[in-house]
Amino acid sequence: MDEPRVIELTDVAKVYQTGDVALRALDGVSLRVRTGEMIAIMGSSGSGKSTLMNIIGCLDRPTEGTYVLAGRQVSGMSRGELARIRNHVLGFVFQQFNLLARTTALENVELPLEYGGISGRERRRKAGDALARVGLANRVHHHPNQLSGGQQQRVAIARAIVNDPKVILADEPTGALDSRTSVDVMAIFQGLWRSGITVVLVTHEPDVAEYASRVVQMKDGRIVSDRAQEPRLAQAASAESGGDGAAA
Amino acid sequence: MNPLHTLRVALRAILRNKLRSFLTTLGIVIGVGAVIAMMGIGAGAKAQVEAAFAAMGTNILIILPGSTSTSGVKGGYGSMPTLTWDDLAAIRSEVASVKQAAPSLRSSMPVVSEDQNWTTSVTGTSPEYFDIRNWPIAIGNAFTQADVDGGAKVIVLGQTVVDKLYGPSADPIGLMVRVGSTPFTIVGVVAKKGQSATGQDYDDAAFIPFSTFAQKVQGGLGKFLQGQIMVEATSSDATSRAQKDITALLRDRHHVAPGDDDDFSIRNLSEIADARQQGTETMTLLLASVAAVSLLVGGIGIMNIMLVSVTERTREIGIRMAVGAEPHHILTQFLIEALSLSVAGGLIGVGFGVGTARYLATRFHWPVLIQPDVIAVSVGFSALVGIVFGIYPARKASQLDPIDALRFE
Repeated sequence: MDEPRVIELTDVAKVYQTGDVALRALDGVSLRVRTGEMIAIMGSSGSGKSTLMNIIGCLDRPTEGTYVLAGRQVSGMSRGELARIRNHVLGFVFQQFNLLARTTALENVELPLEYGGISGRERRRKAGDALARVGLANRVHHHPNQLSGGQQQRVAIARAIVNDPKVILADEPTGALDSRTSVDVMAIFQGLWRSGITVVLVTHEPDVAEYASRVVQMKDGRIVSDRAQEPRLAQAASAESGGDGAAA
Repeated sequence: MNPLHTLRVALRAILRNKLRSFLTTLGIVIGVGAVIAMMGIGAGAKAQVEAAFAAMGTNILIILPGSTSTSGVKGGYGSMPTLTWDDLAAIRSEVASVKQAAPSLRSSMPVVSEDQNWTTSVTGTSPEYFDIRNWPIAIGNAFTQADVDGGAKVIVLGQTVVDKLYGPSADPIGLMVRVGSTPFTIVGVVAKKGQSATGQDYDDAAFIPFSTFAQKVQGGLGKFLQGQIMVEATSSDATSRAQKDITALLRDRHHVAPGDDDDFSIRNLSEIADARQQGTETMTLLLASVAAVSLLVGGIGIMNIMLVSVTERTREIGIRMAVGAEPHHILTQFLIEALSLSVAGGLIGVGFGVGTARYLATRFHWPVLIQPDVIAVSVGFSALVGIVFGIYPARKASQLDPIDALRFE
C-alpha cells in the first residue's frame, strides 16, 4: 500500500528475431499502474497484450526498456529471481485454469506456499483460508475434474491470492466460462481489488473490461488509448457462489 | 520445498504409471539381481576353496622325489627315491624359514579289526605331521617321538576308518587292529576333516610311526626316504623363501650341476590356492562387467522414460514455474523421481538376487555367501545410475521456458 506505483514500465520493447525479420511484439510501451487499481488491458489478438502480460507477470523479459515492479528493478533478473518475484509479489489466473490434475483443490492452492518455503501446518491453514475467501471451504478435497468450470477458476484465484500478492494478473479469466459464472468470478476480482490488491485483467471482451477502473487499449504493440472509468459492479447472482461476499 | 514433500510428489508421479515405472526399472532389477546372485555364488565358491586349502594346512610345501629318466622315458615324480633321511634332517636343521618337517610314507593297506576290515591309506610319519597339517587329535593322543624311535606298533585312525570298523560313536582307544599281518594298538583318532576340494575323503586314513612303516611295509629303514616330505614354513609369507632355500639345499646335497633339472620337486599349496583364487577373481570381474552393462542399459531406460515424463508434464512444469518454482526446484523434482525409480529397481533387484541365490543354494546345494557390502554397493550403484541418467531429463525440464510450457497442449 505504501508503494504508490506498483508497476512502472518505461519504453518497453519485445523483439522476436526470426531470420532477418525482426518482429516488434511490443514497441515502446510505457505504463504506470498505481496500487489499488483494477486495470483492463484490451486489444485484438496480435496486439501485443499477451506479450505485455507475460512481461508484467515476470514470465518473460523485455528486450529493451525497464520494468520496476513493487519498487524492484526486474528487467535484468535471473530466472531464479524472477521465479521468486512471481511467488511473492504476483498471482496468476489463466483462461484454462491451469490446475494440476489428480491433485486436490487444497494441494493446488498450497503449491505457491511450498515454493515459498512455508511448512506443513501453516501452509494448510493459509490454503484453507484462501479457499474460504473464494467460497470453496466445502470443496477443499475435491479434484479439479470433480469441480465445475467456475469452481475451478475460483480454486485458481485462491491459488493466486494465497501468498498475499501485490498484483493479480488474470489472462482472459472468463474466457472459458458461461456469462453467469463470469459475473461471479468478476465479483471475486472486484472484492480483491477493494481489499487493496492491484488487479490486471487481460481480455478482448468489452463486457469484462467494464468491471475495471481503467482500460488500456493496445494495437500493433503500442498503447493507443488509456482511460479511467467508473467500474460496473458485478453482482454475484448464482446460488453456488453464495459465499463470494466473503471475498471482500 | 522440503525434501520429503518432493519425494512424495515424485512417488505419486511414479505410481501414476505403475506398469510403465515397473518396466522401466526392470533393467536395474535384472542387473542388480544378477550381481547379488552371482557374487553370492562366487563368494560361496571362493570360501569353499579357501576352506579346503585351510583344511590341507597352511604354509605347506610338499617335497616329492625326482623322476627316473632311462632311455628317454620319464617315470614321473616319485618313481625313483632321491630324497634321503639325511635330507630331512638337513631341512629341519639348516633352513631358517622352515618351522617343522615330517616324512610321509604312504601305502594302501587293509586295516582289520576283530570282525571288520577296511582298506585305507596308511601313512608312516612323525608326530609333527598332525601339527603341520593342522589336524588335531579328537580322542586319545598322537604317537610320540619315543614311539618313532622304538618302532612301536601304535596307530592313529581317521574317523571314516573308525566308522567302518567300529561304528560312528565308538571309542576304539586301546583296541587292537591288524595292518597287513602286524597287530597295532589304537592310541588316537584324528578330528573329522571332511572332503578335499577334489572330493577326496581326508578322514579315510590311518597313521603309524614312519620307523614301523619302513620296517613292516618297505622292508627296513634304508638311506632313502621312500615317500614325500611335508614342510611347514614359519609363516605364509615365508613359504616361497622356504621353497627357494630348500631347493638350493637339496641341489647342493644331491650335487645337481648348475643348469641341470632338479631331481626332486616342491609343491607349494599356497601357489595352487592363489591360482584358484585368481580364477575366481577373473570370474567375478566378468560378472561385474555383465552387471555394469545391464545397469547401463537400465539407466538408458530410465533416461528414456524420464524424457517422456518431462514432455508429458510440460504443462505441469509451466504451472509450477508460474506460481514460483525456481529452475532448481524443477531439477530436484525430476532428479528425485529418476533416483526413486532406480533405487526402487535396485531394492527389488536385491530381493530378486537374494531369492535366486537362496534357491540355488537349496536346490543345487551350491555354497552361497551373500555379503552385505555387495548389497550396499549394488544399491549405491543403482542410485548413481539414477542420478547420472536422470540429470539430462531433469535439466531439460528445469530449462523450459515457462510461457512455452504453459501453452503446451
